[in-house]
Amino acid sequence: MSLEELQKIAAAAKVKAESYEHHVHVCMAASCQSCGAADIKTQLTETVKENGAEADIWVKGVGCMGLCSAGPLVRVESPADESEYLYQKVGTEDVSELYASIDGNPVERMRCQTEIPFFARQQKIVLENSGRIDPEQIDDYIAEGGYTSLVRALTGMSPQEVLREVSDSGLRGRGGGGYPAGLKWATVARSPAPVKYVICNADEGDPGAFMDRAVLESDPHRILEGMALAAYAVGAEYGYIYIRAEYPLAVERLKKAIRQATRHGFLGRQICETPFSFEIEIRLGAGAFVCGEETALISSIEGQRGQPSPRPPYPADEGLWDCPTLINNVETLANVPAIVREGGEWFQSIGTEKSTGTKVFALAGRIAHTGLIEVPMGITLREIIEEIGGGIPEGRKFKAVQTGGPSGGCLPEENLDMPVEYDTLRAAGSIMGSGGMIVMDETSSMVDVARYFMDFCMTESCGKCVPCRAGTFQMHGLLTKIARGEATAADLQLLEELCDVVRDTSLCGLGQTAPNPVVSTLRYFRHEYEEKLKTDSTDLEIVAS
Amino acid sequence: MPRYPAPPNAPAKVRVVTLRIDGQDIGAREDESVLDVAAEHDIRIPTLCYLDGLSTWGGCRMCMVEIAGSPKLLPACSTQVAEGMEITTNSDKLKNYRRMILELLFAERNHVCSVCVSNGHCDLQDLAVECGMDFVRVPYRNAPYEIDSSHDLFRVDHNRCVLCTRCVRVCDEIEGAHTWDIMGRGVECQVITDLNTPWGESDSCTGCGKCVQVCPTGALVKKGTAAGEMEKRDDFLPYLTQMRGNR
Amino acid sequence: MSASTKITMATAWLDGCSGCHMSFLDLDERLITLAEKVDIVYSPIVDTKELPEGVDVGILEGAVSNEEDLEKAKLFRSRCKYLISLGDCAVTGNVPTMRNTFDLDEVYDRAFVENVQCQPQRPTEEVPPLLETVRPIHHVVPVDLVVQGCPPSADTIWYVLTELMAGRTPCPTEVTRFGA
Repeated sequence: MSLEELQKIAAAAKVKAESYEHHVHVCMAASCQSCGAADIKTQLTETVKENGAEADIWVKGVGCMGLCSAGPLVRVESPADESEYLYQKVGTEDVSELYASIDGNPVERMRCQTEIPFFARQQKIVLENSGRIDPEQIDDYIAEGGYTSLVRALTGMSPQEVLREVSDSGLRGRGGGGYPAGLKWATVARSPAPVKYVICNADEGDPGAFMDRAVLESDPHRILEGMALAAYAVGAEYGYIYIRAEYPLAVERLKKAIRQATRHGFLGRQICETPFSFEIEIRLGAGAFVCGEETALISSIEGQRGQPSPRPPYPADEGLWDCPTLINNVETLANVPAIVREGGEWFQSIGTEKSTGTKVFALAGRIAHTGLIEVPMGITLREIIEEIGGGIPEGRKFKAVQTGGPSGGCLPEENLDMPVEYDTLRAAGSIMGSGGMIVMDETSSMVDVARYFMDFCMTESCGKCVPCRAGTFQMHGLLTKIARGEATAADLQLLEELCDVVRDTSLCGLGQTAPNPVVSTLRYFRHEYEEKLKTDSTDLEIVAS
Repeated sequence: MPRYPAPPNAPAKVRVVTLRIDGQDIGAREDESVLDVAAEHDIRIPTLCYLDGLSTWGGCRMCMVEIAGSPKLLPACSTQVAEGMEITTNSDKLKNYRRMILELLFAERNHVCSVCVSNGHCDLQDLAVECGMDFVRVPYRNAPYEIDSSHDLFRVDHNRCVLCTRCVRVCDEIEGAHTWDIMGRGVECQVITDLNTPWGESDSCTGCGKCVQVCPTGALVKKGTAAGEMEKRDDFLPYLTQMRGNR
Repeated sequence: MSASTKITMATAWLDGCSGCHMSFLDLDERLITLAEKVDIVYSPIVDTKELPEGVDVGILEGAVSNEEDLEKAKLFRSRCKYLISLGDCAVTGNVPTMRNTFDLDEVYDRAFVENVQCQPQRPTEEVPPLLETVRPIHHVVPVDLVVQGCPPSADTIWYVLTELMAGRTPCPTEVTRFGA
């Protein structure tokens, strides 16, 4: 595959697209499919066929459009008059009306305003193709410039140059840790080992987070291209995508994408007639949250019990089968084709100095617009929640926003004007995390929130180290006791002591960050804990001396 | 599970580094762990899952130490020494943390020392004494556990298991049978024989008893022992490892 | 109660085997030395029926298993200036806690129905109801000192008492341990 051939495919795809007068895009991501998008697409296709309009109207399944709470979403585009209408909550009974409107006036009752900040305030890199291309068609991806970065890199750039672009971009790990991607890549690249691996961590498990799923379902080739670029830069020939089995649609699309990419020569032996070879295999996770931790993930791929091991050695030195291994999260890798295409400097100019680029968040909870958004780093939490998210519904008052899932923390009103950056979030007691963002209003009890996340960590602890295994159990017990109003000040003190022990002595990130939801709610909402304590301290107290 | 051994192309030449443990200046080979180096110099760091001759597990977290300049505590068993390291093994914070870890262990299962066959010969009990853990503040979990007496010679009492995986490792790495493993997640973890069949029905168990000898508590014991009668002998382990050329 | 300046002491056993009290009696001739300085104002080994107020040292043996134990523990806490948990049952729950892994109904049935040949039935009065779980004393009321051992030896008890009488805080872990 050469650049010319690639452009030829893209041109052909464009010609095909332009031959249609109207494009009807039906969201076929998991969340819209769960409310009947597949039926809508079938019915639309049939209606078009019955009316003999196949040559004019192109009904296409696309990836996630973001506003998941309003699904199923259908977008009708007519390039001729540059009109574009987005319809929300479309049902099968609406199909005929929708079809009739294609040539006429839009169906106002289903229309979704696209000028609202939810759409207007976003800046898309990772999701640039989501909701626009058919994730099951490689040509669609190529038509949007897909695989040009790979072909260009292989034919015109050295691995070091690719690495430099990523380093220059300032891209940091999007899985939660925020470790500079360039540094990680460089460590693996420096190793003289003959066999290296690239792993895409698609074991997204935070409650309420579905960023990676959306990318995988909407733009799977992007991940393959990102992985191939990473492999080229670090000198790896094999890659694994470790994806949770709970994402069957994403798995299916990835499999299809790998087949297509291999057939087109973007994967396999001697890609683009260069000596570079790269193959990707999919491994399914069996549902353990801790397998998102890199050493546990590697154990799981090796066929062992999914539990972490002490670092060092870091995977970059000794990873899969003891070979140097680059592990990046889905979103991190999804940024790579754009970085190589536009240059590290371009990426660096987006966002803030220490947190460059954009970040995808899954907005959930007590907020008007729940769904997926991509925003530049440095945007304030207030902008995300009040403008993009449309604020708190039912006239209630905002109370807290939880970022970073079970490893993150809850931030109160006073932190809303804080820019969203790795370091500011950490300083405030939360973390960027993988991108889950749960908004809570005045009716939420912070003790219950902390207890919920502790329950999650307790159940998901692998059981290897004592503080995480037994400590989260005890913390959960104490939180339950507090929530029931049966606890004393001594219990609260014990809880805080446990927070320290579990954070400081646990083996992996799961345990080390498990106390975060408790610590952050205690920091900002301590009164809610204290209000629930029993004042009669003669009962059930613990030795003071 | 054990990590695979270091690749054969690892450099054979090892440098010597100088470091400081609890104010004591020490020279050590750079491929040694903090725990080994401390032991060579009679600096005691409490351990539970670690056992000389088995792979490093790093699960009990008793051997956490402070290293100057590192924001995190590090386990001495799986941290290699480095030039200029300044290590504190026994600060008040570490003492408190060790105490709490022991409290968590005692509360997790039903360790009733007075009626245990290992009473008086138990690593967990010794650690409680060493670390001054005189009472457990957290609530006891009180979860029911089985006792499997199906084996002709040995018995497993899950009430007393601390999940150190010494049995799993010795069976896999020394005996080569891999009868033992772990099932479940989190606090529900349990050691099992074969695919959770009764020990007596295990096809892979050779009956060698190594697991019993390395078990730090009264979880794996010889049958026919009364309270306090079960004494363990794990001194075969360094010997075996040495005779096998430390592979 | 004597009007002397002797230290007053009270003891009781909750859910335990009385072994700790036996160990106390094992002080043998040291009991005489003790009696010169200490008045035992309430104990299973003396005849007082009621725990007086303002006792200097309270010693509790045994775990908290039933409502009477709970009440007694609270009473001791409120009437003793210094409260000692004596022995493993008091400190860890020990053997009595072994019923914690069973359902309370099973425990009642095993004790009062299955193993009884004459009139097997659950008690309805006179016997204090069992608590859901057996707990060590410090999980119920604050305790000032814990002394492990099953039972703690007479020497251990002597060490603890003499240190206290000398105005020092004893460190029982130096002489005893769980299960000792």
